[in-house]
Amino acid sequence: MSGLSIRDVSVSYGRRPVLAGLSLPDLAPGEVTVLAGPNAAGKSTLLRAIAGLAPARGQIALGGEDLARLSGQRRAALIGFMPQTLPSGASLVVLETVIAALRAGSGREETSPESRAMAVLSRLGIASLALDPLDQLSGGQRQMVSLAQAVVRDPRLLLLDEPTSALDLARQVRLLTEVRRIAAEGRVVLAVLHDLALAARWADRIAILHKGGLYSFGPPAEVVTPAMLAEVYGVSARIETCSRGHLMVQIDGEIAAPAL
Amino acid sequence: MSDALIARYHRQNRRRAVLVGTMALGALLAVVLDLITGPAGLPLSETLRALTGGEVSRGTSVIIWQVRLPVAIMALLVGAALALAGAEMQTVLENPLAEPFTLGVSAAAALGAATAIVLGLTLPFLPAVWGVSANAFLFALAALGLLQLMGRIRGGGPEVLILFGIALNFTAAAFLSLLQFVASADALQQLVFWTMGSLSAASWTGAALLATAILITAPFALRASWQLTALRLGEEQARSFGVDVTALRRWALLRVSLLSAAAVSMVGVIGFVGLAGPHIARMLVGEDHRFFLPASLLTGALVMSLASVLSKTIVPGVLLPVGLVTSLIGLPVFFSLILRGKGRR
Repeated sequence: MSGLSIRDVSVSYGRRPVLAGLSLPDLAPGEVTVLAGPNAAGKSTLLRAIAGLAPARGQIALGGEDLARLSGQRRAALIGFMPQTLPSGASLVVLETVIAALRAGSGREETSPESRAMAVLSRLGIASLALDPLDQLSGGQRQMVSLAQAVVRDPRLLLLDEPTSALDLARQVRLLTEVRRIAAEGRVVLAVLHDLALAARWADRIAILHKGGLYSFGPPAEVVTPAMLAEVYGVSARIETCSRGHLMVQIDGEIAAPAL
Repeated sequence: MSDALIARYHRQNRRRAVLVGTMALGALLAVVLDLITGPAGLPLSETLRALTGGEVSRGTSVIIWQVRLPVAIMALLVGAALALAGAEMQTVLENPLAEPFTLGVSAAAALGAATAIVLGLTLPFLPAVWGVSANAFLFALAALGLLQLMGRIRGGGPEVLILFGIALNFTAAAFLSLLQFVASADALQQLVFWTMGSLSAASWTGAALLATAILITAPFALRASWQLTALRLGEEQARSFGVDVTALRRWALLRVSLLSAAAVSMVGVIGFVGLAGPHIARMLVGEDHRFFLPASLLTGALVMSLASVLSKTIVPGVLLPVGLVTSLIGLPVFFSLILRGKGRR
């Protein structure tokens, strides 16, 4: 088993359980899996638990290796994590932050960290930003830089927390195309996305989280259904297939005010 | 395009290295300036001859070797230590206002000094001249130890550490006031002078001790450069890069403890340098810590040397406490730098 396996994972913040015994079918290399679900369903928490940033019980393994047993350094070599926000206060240029993402955790000297960082920026189409100060970037540019920091160590597992939230349409397509390509090179990709139409278009499989557990899991056409949207999100919706075979999600309205 | 950008990145780093070198030279010049100013009014040629071992009167030799040189070296080292401590503190506590002064280290040191000056409590087996410094050192170290302990109990988040540091500051200040209240007029005057920060008690032994503290800590700080740089992108980011942030913070605060306790115990309370040194360095070389840490250290050294010169020259014939000078002259300069930096953006 070379993929990611998540068995009986529980995470609590203080006394409040966020994830309660969550298990997912194994995620295979080469596939993009989208985590979706309403706010506070535990999506980001699951990503943080996998990345070792939130204390979790249960078993999370990558390629058969229990991630909880790994050192922070080894885990960072295996996992790239792109958080929702990238702080902007640092007086650093883009290239420096990507080199830091490469060098900070690894004990060894990279032979040419700047060429490696630069190659990643080029691949993501943001090479021209390399020497721009971080605090002068737009939200979308910052998100692309954050992705560069996540992939520069060439990880086997890529975790993306709402990677497209600040991107315009063209950049959403560019980022997701790139993410698909990264997955196709034999990596496991797990991404939180709110836009189900986008998820349906780009994901191999979708996992819907609801109230700290798994509601459904499978190919987009099986998971994104009016019944799911009604039960999990509390909206009435129609799912249609466009002329090119993509799923289209048409939200008609709220069924009842969701409990807050 | 990539190669051109990488070349530009290397050029930028070379420029920074040159800038750091220039600052080192500047600090050296400031020391020379510090050496040739003073109430004795020695001519430059005489000073240089004394320094190079030439033929000078015994008085001149004593003034240069036993008074001015220790003061000049001490100023340089104190500035370097406080600014390096401030730079590391600002990074690991993720707060631009963090420095030994704002987090109660100076106040604790002053309280320690007061126990020696007012209550006469000093360590046994220690020469009397070191009583005040030793107490100040121990109290400053204890303050940072408490800070660390508190951090460990509550998970070590920067907010907790900063709030606790501020509480520590006020507590130490309150006890200091209490001791001032019960102090004799003589002790009170001595204590007030101490809290203003003064280089006049500088000695070769003190300078050697402080230099040792810097030589021990600075290489470790530099070795953690990339980890510290990564921390500027946020704790979670740094951890996802594989940085053990808890350990990084613990070791950095230990270095900060040693540096600031050693500096403050030698010369008393000196504000501003620990805050301004890193800020000026940040404006000059950015926050790649391979450049930021040495630049902070050198900026602190330069600022403190110039403050020492000014403390002798602002009011002719009067030696002002150097802590007073850093505050009075330094703050407006600092503000103007910040405002100009903001305007350029």
